[in-house]
This record gives sequence, structure tokens and C-alpha cells, in this order.
Amino acid sequence: MTSGLWELVLNGIWITVQLLVLSALVATAVAFGVGMARTHRLWIVRFLAGVYTEVFRGTSALIMIFWVFFVLPVAFGWQLVPLWAGTLALGLTYGAYGAEIVRGALNAVDPAQREGGIALSFTPWQRMRLILLPQAVPEMIPSFTNLLVELLKGTALVSVMGMGDLAFSANLVRLALQESAEIYTYVLVIYFVIAFLLTRGMRGLERRLKAGVGKQIGRTPDQELHRPETTGVGAAGSLGGAS
Amino acid sequence: MTWDWGAVADFMPKFWDGLLLTLQILALGSLISFALGLVWALLMRTPSRLVRWPVGAVTEFIRNTPLLVQLFFLFYVLPEWGVTASALTTGVFAIGLHYSTYTMQVYRAGIEAVPAGQWEAATALNLPVTRTWRVVILPQAIRRVVPALGNYVIAMLKDTPILMTITVMEMLGEARLFAQQNFQFTEPLTVIGVAFILIAYPASLLVRALERRLVR
Repeated sequence: MTSGLWELVLNGIWITVQLLVLSALVATAVAFGVGMARTHRLWIVRFLAGVYTEVFRGTSALIMIFWVFFVLPVAFGWQLVPLWAGTLALGLTYGAYGAEIVRGALNAVDPAQREGGIALSFTPWQRMRLILLPQAVPEMIPSFTNLLVELLKGTALVSVMGMGDLAFSANLVRLALQESAEIYTYVLVIYFVIAFLLTRGMRGLERRLKAGVGKQIGRTPDQELHRPETTGVGAAGSLGGAS
Repeated sequence: MTWDWGAVADFMPKFWDGLLLTLQILALGSLISFALGLVWALLMRTPSRLVRWPVGAVTEFIRNTPLLVQLFFLFYVLPEWGVTASALTTGVFAIGLHYSTYTMQVYRAGIEAVPAGQWEAATALNLPVTRTWRVVILPQAIRRVVPALGNYVIAMLKDTPILMTITVMEMLGEARLFAQQNFQFTEPLTVIGVAFILIAYPASLLVRALERRLVR
């Protein structure tokens, strides 16, 4: 491979990374917004958030991309720059999956924590911000790591629309060299390395967040239940201690 | 925004063709992924590290790289190596292989969830290894994993449109062809989007019901 072709691949990596970061930001915002809405006290809010997740989890990411690229401009007159169109389609789709993670983690927080917040007359938003989220977020991280790798794999789909990401650059190199084994192997390895780095980074983040709420990494809530009661701190609640 | 029901009516015959092919891909891909996933899961239980390590590395690699690129790899590289297969065969195999690296983890969890007493009882009854697996461990493990496998079938359904990129005429392929021939993108793309929701949502309800019944 010549240096010109490598430049294509490097450009592709850059676009893939941009797309990954932007759509991860959109997906996180959607995930927290919709996920928290699904635990709202008004049924209509919960219902609308539920419809959103089912609709966006129900369709395929590739169909969403086609829809944003071809139907939005015709139907609503919104012609988006390809990068933003890709970001929107991926962010909305993967955000719906993330919303399920957020909802699950929020529901998994010990109900006594929420009740404690009510007893101390916190407002719903204060309860969410100061009590529920700090405990729920560290539990979400392993699932979010998986979702982030899925999102990375999803970014390859925009190449179908001719966006010059990593998968697309592989196509160009294949056409230039009339030979595909080498370039596709390289590109797969590059994707794998990015996924590996993401996984590592997220594990570090999980460790820091869990240290913030006094938990160790790798402990599931289930193991937490079966923890030997050696210290009085963890057992105080279960013994009904009013101390 | 204009919506043309005439275009929907024109598209419907193509849509049914695409739907049929999508379901065929899904059925064959599921079979491949269930079978291969079980093979990977069993290989990961062999005592030899020389087997476990390569299987673990390869499946990890496949799981962490995009299906789209794997598809292109199989579609363009295999003919260079003298293996020729139709686009449909390649696509079905790619999707089955990709998802087998997920179902493998499902099987693993199911096997690990079989209580240790079952293994000990098999040893106490002096059952040979193959018989232990076949009549004691796997029937209990697979019962537990059916809902999780169902979830992956739904995920696979949502990945079938990727096969369009290697000229397989499943739903999205049909929709794109129709759109390009008639310059009507809104209707066919919306129809297949709705079709996916109409298939995926009841399927996920079914999986949830199975979960309640089979997993205690």
C-alpha cells in the first residue's frame, strides 16, 4: 500500500472517531433523558418515553440512516450535512438502547434510598440528582461499554451513504488496488483496537465512579446481597437498626 | 410532506418478496448462530488452553468488529482465495458467524448456571463425558437460555438490512431499488421501517413472556 492510500485510511479513522464521539454524546443525552422519563410519576410521560424506545429499538439502525438521509430532506426539507445526519440517526437509535440501561439501573437502586429522599423532603429532581443517579450511574457503565462498542460497529453503516469513514476508505483502497484481503484485515484490526481502547477506558471510568460511592469493581448487586456481614456498616439496614 | 398511497400500493408486491427473503435470512442465520455458538461455548470448556485461547481470541475479534466490514471481507476476499458463494449464502454465513460469538456467551452463562450438584451427580453415576453433556447439562442449560437467544434473533433481524450492501434483495434492498426507480423515497422506506417495528415489538413481547415461563 502506498502512502496516499494510507492517508485515505487515516482520514477514515478520523471521521469514524468524530462520528463515534458525536453520536455517543447524542445517545447519552437521549438515554438519560428518555431513561429518566420512563421512571417519571406521570403515566403519559412514561408512556411517551416507552413509545420512543420501542420505535427506535424496533427499527434497524441502517433503515434509520436511510430515513434520515433520504426522507427527512424530502418530507421536512431538512437537508443535513452527512456527518450530522449520521450522528442523528445513530444517536437516536443507540440512545433508545441506552434508555433501557438507564431505566434498569434506576429501578435497581434500593427503594429505601428513594424513600429516604422523600422523607427528607427532597424535590423529585433533587432525589434524582443527589441520590439515585450517583448510585445508578456506576452500575450502568458495564452495559454502556457494550453499547459503545455496538455504536462503534454501527458507525460503519454510514459508509453505505458514501461518508468517507474507515469502512468506506477500505472500499476505496480495494478499488484502487484490486486486492481486498490486506486492506480489510487492516481495517478490521483498526476497529478492534479502537474497541479495545474504549473498553479499557470505560473500565477505568467505572473504577473511579464506583470508588466515589464506596463500591468495588466487578461486584454485581446480586453479589452485594450475599455479602458476608462482617462490618456493621453494611448490615445496619438489614437488621433494622434504628441507631 | 406528501404521502402517496399509490406508491405504497405499487411497492407492496416487492415488499412481500423482501419480507420473505428477510425471514429466510433470519431463519438460516439463527440456525447457524445457534449451532456455531454452541460449538464455541463447548470448545471454551475444553481443558486444553491451546484450544481455548485461539477460540476466545477469534470470537472476541469477531464480536468487536463491524458486521458490515466482515461482510465485505467475506464477499470480496473469499473469491480471491478461490471460494465462490452467492451473495445470499455469504450474507447468511456472515450474519450467523457474527451472532454466534454472542450466542456463545449466552450458552456459557447457561452452562455455568447449571448447579454443581448436577455435575457431581453425573460423576457419581459414572456417566461418560458425552452423555453427561447430552442428557444432563445441555438440556438444563438450553432451557434457561432460550429467551436470551430469542433476544439475539431480534437483534439479528435488525441487522439483516446490512445484506443489502452485497446486493441481497431483502426488504431494504427492495425498498432502495423501488425508490431509485420511481424517485419516491418516503413511502417504501417508511413502510419497511414500520414493518420492522411490527415484527420486532411483538417478538420482544414474546421473548419477555418466555422469560417469565422458562427462567425461574
